[in-house]
Amino acid sequence: MEPIGWGSIIARMAIQFWPVWAALIVTYAVSITYKRRLGLYGKLFDSPIGMVGFGIVMFWVFTAFFADLIITHDPLAQLSGLKNKSPGIPTPDGSAYPYYLLGGDNLARDVFSRMVMGARRVLAIAPAATAFAFMVGITLGLPAGYFAGKLDTGLSFLANLVLAFPVILLFYLLVTPEIRDTGIPVVLAAVLFIFPVIFMVTLLNSRFFTAPSKRNLYVGVTLVIGLWAYSGLAFNADPLGVWSMEPNLLNVFVAVVFVNAPTVFRIVRGLVLDLRSRDYVAAGQTRGEGPWYIMLWEILPNARGPLIVDFCLRIGYTTILLGTLGFFGLGVSPESPDWGSTINDGRRLLSIFPHPAVVPALALMSLVLGLNLLADGLREESLKD
Amino acid sequence: MLIFLIRRLGIMVLTALCLTFVVFTLTNLAPNLEKLARSEGSVRMTDEQVQSWLANNGYAQPLAARYGEWLGVMPGWTREAEGKTVGRCIANGITAAEAPRFCGVLQGEWGNSTVFKRPVAEILSRGLAATGWLMLWVMILMVPSALLLGVLAGMREGSKLDRALSAVAIATTATPEYVSGVILIAVMASATVGISPVLAEWGWIEGRTLFQGTATSAMDEITFWNFGLPVLTIALYGMGYIARMTRASMTEVMTAQYIRTARLKGVGFREVVLRHALRNALIAPFTVIMLQFPWLLNGVVIVETLFNYKGFGWTLVQGAGNNDIELLLSCSVVAVLVVLVTQLISDIGYAYLNPRIRIS
Repeated sequence: MEPIGWGSIIARMAIQFWPVWAALIVTYAVSITYKRRLGLYGKLFDSPIGMVGFGIVMFWVFTAFFADLIITHDPLAQLSGLKNKSPGIPTPDGSAYPYYLLGGDNLARDVFSRMVMGARRVLAIAPAATAFAFMVGITLGLPAGYFAGKLDTGLSFLANLVLAFPVILLFYLLVTPEIRDTGIPVVLAAVLFIFPVIFMVTLLNSRFFTAPSKRNLYVGVTLVIGLWAYSGLAFNADPLGVWSMEPNLLNVFVAVVFVNAPTVFRIVRGLVLDLRSRDYVAAGQTRGEGPWYIMLWEILPNARGPLIVDFCLRIGYTTILLGTLGFFGLGVSPESPDWGSTINDGRRLLSIFPHPAVVPALALMSLVLGLNLLADGLREESLKD
Repeated sequence: MLIFLIRRLGIMVLTALCLTFVVFTLTNLAPNLEKLARSEGSVRMTDEQVQSWLANNGYAQPLAARYGEWLGVMPGWTREAEGKTVGRCIANGITAAEAPRFCGVLQGEWGNSTVFKRPVAEILSRGLAATGWLMLWVMILMVPSALLLGVLAGMREGSKLDRALSAVAIATTATPEYVSGVILIAVMASATVGISPVLAEWGWIEGRTLFQGTATSAMDEITFWNFGLPVLTIALYGMGYIARMTRASMTEVMTAQYIRTARLKGVGFREVVLRHALRNALIAPFTVIMLQFPWLLNGVVIVETLFNYKGFGWTLVQGAGNNDIELLLSCSVVAVLVVLVTQLISDIGYAYLNPRIRIS
């Protein structure tokens, strides 16, 4: 068989992505129909930039979700004779798909399938790590901004300490095989992962403080689920074996949360410092509301605009950080199809066979660009009211 | 102003001490030391031999004591062995009596690299000089173009020009160095794909490629051919951010009262932008450019690895990858100092430039 040209490669890729197109069309149709009832999310569809950004982000989200349907070959399988072959090369008879759509890499694996599977890796870690960083940043930033004083000075000093570290140096110190033996990642995980539990418990406790029976139920359920997940994720000691994280992944996850949390802390603290002098806070204090109720149920909802925008930007930044880790070969298994390590693998033969590195590079770039555009659209729309 | 300066300097020294202690602890973890013992002594050492090697070389002391020695505030260890005194500060050719008591970073003793088998100070100064050239060209390219981009975009908010330039700025911030570097090499430095074959065919360029994909030769002689891509790669990523900040600051200034007054007085748009708006709009970007240094440090590490340019970032990666404790520690000290000093300069510069925030 002859190698196929770029026209048919693109057409075949478009066909391969059919579940994504279908899901995107459904999402857009539903969202645009009901956009007046969907709050800030609905308003996103008034801004062209936001819509494009949302489209790109959802494209990758659906790609990650339907990755098993989209891939043409096993991302780890090697087909002999297809090492470094250019896009559109036909595969031997009896393979799962007649072509390597985007060529083969230096181990004769399918670049296209690896790129698609890489999306799953990235989108499984980046949003979760960002969410954890936000929980830590919010739980510490709210009291620092609200109470100020010594607490603020101490926490700010710690945050600045972490921020003064060049990120790459921190990664080289925190994400190494040796450090796993010393147990430092587990200690860090134990500290960082408890914050979401604290956050949820305080959130519910302050809300339902006046209705003890409800409060006890909600806080109890949160504590059980939270500590259950906590034991599994941080210590790998879940008695039922539902929650677990392999040590490699835990190491990467903890490092990324650790790098991101201080910045979130600074943003939240700044917002709270600004908002706490508002009248509605004074009104709450006069009504006798507790400090945590005011922080979590009065100030936080009013700070949501900038926080949502920063959340989008930060997922993009976390994606970049994960790519950096992969690029330096830190904390990922060598077989892993994630974009950073694929770029790293491909860069050695870059000027002769560019496609194995350029494909994941473009994928990563488009995802981050989508997130940036989405953040821009959200910022524009949230400023309107 | 003086009190402000002294307080800032005090916090800076405290931060530097904390950070170096953290790095010291993390590089001197037990597994790292064991690896060091095996690589310096012998690979086939038994566990007891490893322990005695560590004890003989002063690694068995408490962590705080070793940190003090490394910093140079505690006397270096000494030990009697085979009738001779050996110690941290006693190098070849110096007798125990002549050797200084203190030999740490503060005394300028940065130790020896185990990978390169040479003094760390020598390796670092060479690496920093190389990175200095890279940074210089990055700054020359990045700052003016970013400011121009930002001012042009922020001059008339919402115009077509603004939209287009903002899109460019967003695209560059969304492209980390390892992505843009890879794409730039594929497009401009490959003899098989991209624009180089076309240009070579038309006879527009001398060699086979427009740029070189590696910058190793730039260590000896910097040319447009071998240095263009690394500089462009770092500059692109930083440029978008500075441009966006400049744009935000420029749009804010352009809606200010005094700009309206100037416009109503009949001053031309060009004149207003150049004489009235620009100076005030450039205060915020100054801080951003200064705070950009730590980010550039990241970029430097990535780009020097990608283009194989043996500067500071490359040295850091070598030190970290090969468990070269002294080298990694020294690299960290330099990196942390760069970050802290730029923060200080940005604070002082901001207070100095902006008359509303003069601290007294």
